[in-house]
Amino acid sequence: MTTTPSRPAVEIRDLHKSFGPLEVLKGIDFEVGQGEVVCVIGPSGSGKSTLLRCVDLLEQPTAGTIWVNGVEMTDPDVEIDQVRRGIGMVFQSFNLFPHLTVLNNLTIAQRRVLRRGRAEAERIARANLERVGLTDKADAFPAQLSGGQQQRAAIARSLSMEPKLMLFDEPTSALDPELVGDVLTVMRKLAEDGMTMMVVTHEMAFARDVADRVVFMDGGVVVEQGPPQEVLGAPKHERTRAFLSRVLDPTHVAQLGQPDQAPEPPQAPSLPADDRHQL
Amino acid sequence: MKLRRRQRERLSLGIQYLIFIAVIAVVAFAADWGRLADAFFRVDIITSMFPTIITVALRNTVLYTLGAFAFGLVFGTILALMRLSRVAPYRWVATAYIELFRGLPALLVLFLVGYGIPIAFPEREIPGGVFGSIAIGLGLTAAAYMAETIRAGIQAVPKGQMEAARTLGMSHFTAMRTIVIPQAFRIVIPPLTNELILLTKDSSLAYVLGVTAQTIEITKFGRDMLNDRVNATPLLVAGLAYLVITLPLSQVVRRLELRYAKAR
Repeated sequence: MTTTPSRPAVEIRDLHKSFGPLEVLKGIDFEVGQGEVVCVIGPSGSGKSTLLRCVDLLEQPTAGTIWVNGVEMTDPDVEIDQVRRGIGMVFQSFNLFPHLTVLNNLTIAQRRVLRRGRAEAERIARANLERVGLTDKADAFPAQLSGGQQQRAAIARSLSMEPKLMLFDEPTSALDPELVGDVLTVMRKLAEDGMTMMVVTHEMAFARDVADRVVFMDGGVVVEQGPPQEVLGAPKHERTRAFLSRVLDPTHVAQLGQPDQAPEPPQAPSLPADDRHQL
Repeated sequence: MKLRRRQRERLSLGIQYLIFIAVIAVVAFAADWGRLADAFFRVDIITSMFPTIITVALRNTVLYTLGAFAFGLVFGTILALMRLSRVAPYRWVATAYIELFRGLPALLVLFLVGYGIPIAFPEREIPGGVFGSIAIGLGLTAAAYMAETIRAGIQAVPKGQMEAARTLGMSHFTAMRTIVIPQAFRIVIPPLTNELILLTKDSSLAYVLGVTAQTIEITKFGRDMLNDRVNATPLLVAGLAYLVITLPLSQVVRRLELRYAKAR
């Protein structure tokens, strides 16, 4: 497996994905540069989660090409287990292993996949638990943690494999509002440390503050993308404007009636500081 | 006269206790306890059954049960994985096997293993003699039942568990072995306990293979004594011997479930 540093972390060309007769992705062209943080936003059913899952090949694309760190994922002969070692995935529902302690959640793949010894695996696991602020929870079982703690443990589990790319699939959507902040803080720190990240999210404040680029998807296509202040602050497309007004000012949607007649595009400074609004 | 609510409740409760006591009294006074004790509870016969019923009969029952359970568990897990396999012929074979062996009486299967295999392979022997024959004979049927239980357990583990394991770079096999199957077994502990208790009693079918004084188990031991003494006391003792196995077993499993409760 050769990685070419000059190539983007993720390259997607003309990606299509159908579930039976339903076409979810209708020709996506997309890149994530090395060290870049990209947030993917869009209404539910827009295909953003499917796009993310295609990158890790949890969904098999119907057509198109995906490269991750220069390795073609869509090659039928790709050594998928080997490539996935370099990709961390964080799920909306955490998916910690409930029969293992937090520490063993972090060591099991290191030991079984990377063949690290117990001592080394535990040292790396504890270092990552410290990174996410869960040093004291090493011996707890997942069921004994709050949702926010579980998600941070899941992030630490991915980091223990020392990935080059982290994928986040709506990591805070299943959390109680007061627990969202802890997870986002961990993700922000990760971004500041230079991790390449692709984040599907409804957290507009996180996208605005942390993302290098925001991608807006709707109806299985990328509608527009660019720096967060442009896409979120001065969206060019009607659909983006309609989506943002619904997300940022949900109580007034009913009065709009037709989304096409969205009023003034919301200005970046007018974004509420606390915008955990979800669709 | 109209009763108040608490009075009505007290009356209802009182009637229920009265019925309970009445039934017990009828049984206690109407039954001929003297003749019953003579037929089912002769102390001299009870003492003559010890210690053999424990050292030989109970021991063999436990051994046959554990042998059949171990065989059924391993074979049942393989069948369950075959039923979930991507290879269609594996699915067909496993489904056909399960349907067939769930439908056949355990006695018939035991008979076929005990007498059919020696005829089919005259120069080979089933390892372990009578023990091996019983373990396989009862295990073949138990495997069919356990396969369905284990398959349901595997399918009850959320899909996200497999996905999370795979995204960490585990192969399908490693993810199954270290993540999915350990969780599936925690889910199926109660139904598997049921199977173990059923097997304990099915081990009484061992007599069809012609057991000797060394390989005798509880029921056969009780029946032999029954014929010998022309008295039903041995059957009562045999029945209690089964409870000596199954009641502590239920306790152990309850503990086990409690211990796993926090790791679910």
